[in-house]
Order: sequence, then C-alpha cells, then structure tokens
Amino acid sequence: MNKENYNIYISRRAKKSPFLKNCCFAFLFGGSICALGRIFLDIYLYIGMEQKDASSLVSMTIIFIAFLLTAFGVFDNIAKIAGGGTLVPITGFANSVVSAAIDSKSEGYVLGVGAKIFSIAGPVILYGITSGTIYGIIYYFWTLLR
Amino acid sequence: MEIFLNYLFAFLVGGILCVIAQILIDKTKLTPARILVAYVCAGVFLTAIGLYEPLVKLASTGATVPLTGFGYAIANGVREAVDQKGIIGALTGGLTATSGGITLALILGFIASLIVSGKPKR
Repeated sequence: MNKENYNIYISRRAKKSPFLKNCCFAFLFGGSICALGRIFLDIYLYIGMEQKDASSLVSMTIIFIAFLLTAFGVFDNIAKIAGGGTLVPITGFANSVVSAAIDSKSEGYVLGVGAKIFSIAGPVILYGITSGTIYGIIYYFWTLLR
Repeated sequence: MEIFLNYLFAFLVGGILCVIAQILIDKTKLTPARILVAYVCAGVFLTAIGLYEPLVKLASTGATVPLTGFGYAIANGVREAVDQKGIIGALTGGLTATSGGITLALILGFIASLIVSGKPKR
C-alpha cells in the first residue's frame, strides 16, 4: 500500500468529528457561562459595587468555580462535550492553571508546580502584556501628537 | 424586557466567541494554548482600535468573560495608566488591571496542588 492509498484509507477509517454538534455545544456552554457571569454581575451591582470592580469580581467568581470543578475532576468531562465553550471563557485559563499544578505535583513544588503552572498561563500573560505594552507606547506618542 | 435582552446578548456574543474557537479547533491544527494566545492578542488589538468597547457595552459579560475580555482589560488598564502616569503606564497598566484574576488563579492552582492527589495521565 503506497502513501497516498494509506492516507485515503486512514481518512476513511478515522472517526468523523461531528463538527456541527461540536459547534452547537460550544455555543450553548460558552453562552451559558457568559449569561451566568451576567447573573453574578447584576448581583454585585445590586449590592452597590462599582461597575469595574463588579466586572473583575465576576471573572474571579468564574475562576473559582472552574477551580472547584477542576479540583473535583469534573471539568475535563464537561470540557470534552463543550470544547471551545469552556476553553474560551476565563474557565479555560483557570483550568489550565489548576490542572497543570495538580499534574506536575510529582515533579516537586519548585520546578514542578511552580514552573508548570505557567505552561499555558505563561504564554497567555506574556503575549497579552507584550501586545498591551506595544499599544501603550503607540497610544502615548499618539496623545503627544494630538 | 431590558433584563431579558441583557442576558440574551451576553449569551449570544459569548456563544459566538466560543463557536469561533471551536471552528479553529476542528478545522485547523491550532492547539488550545495557541487559540488562547490569539484570543488575548485579538482582545488587545480590537480594544486598541476601538471595536471592543461597543461589544462590551452591548453584551457586558458576554464580551468580558471570554479571553478576549482579558485582552480588553489589559488594553484598558494600559490606556488609563498612560493617561495618568505617562509612558511608564505602558509597562504597569496591563498587569495591574488583570492582577486580581491572575493572582487568584495561581493561588487556587497552588492550593489545588496541595490538596488534590494527581491522577496518573492516561
């Protein structure tokens, strides 16, 4: 069997990923998490918090929920169904930190947990603040010129 | 009615942002880590050119909870810091605005490593 035939054979045997179903679940789960965030936001605003504080407390609340789900080992089961629906909200960020910390425990607390906890959060923070800083510099000179 | 619309827009915008990621997962070879990085950078960029603020006005948590909202917080923090402190704000604003979420996630991660026994990877 040559390479071309083999590729055709493989693609025929490979389990088809149900693309449309995945997208529906991502939409439902992702949308629900954001709507849940909105419930928390309304509660925090109702008890008299400022918009900005309330908004960041919503993120923290969702991070905490993702921590609980990850620590109890439920998160992966949900993520299998939800896909992008749990990856993109701040739950994905929290899960990457918490699960990396748990998984690298056996490698010690300094170079294991301490280093691996950043395996996904690190790139996110690095490129986030790098692009933020570039924006800040451009914005600074923009305000000078005006 | 207005409350219902608030929730509907949060649901729709958040859902659409997640579907875009799902399409990237299924149709390209991008890893989840790369998608998250792309989302944060996209959030900073869209905020910088003024396109993300209207989305936050419309959908609130639907735009701030997804990771593009993390980029939105960074870009907003940088802009406010530059307004107040000048060029040094470009370096301090981003992490200041997001410090709460990052610190909480890291501390919870550490606590989890203390109390949860790791399962061997399958």
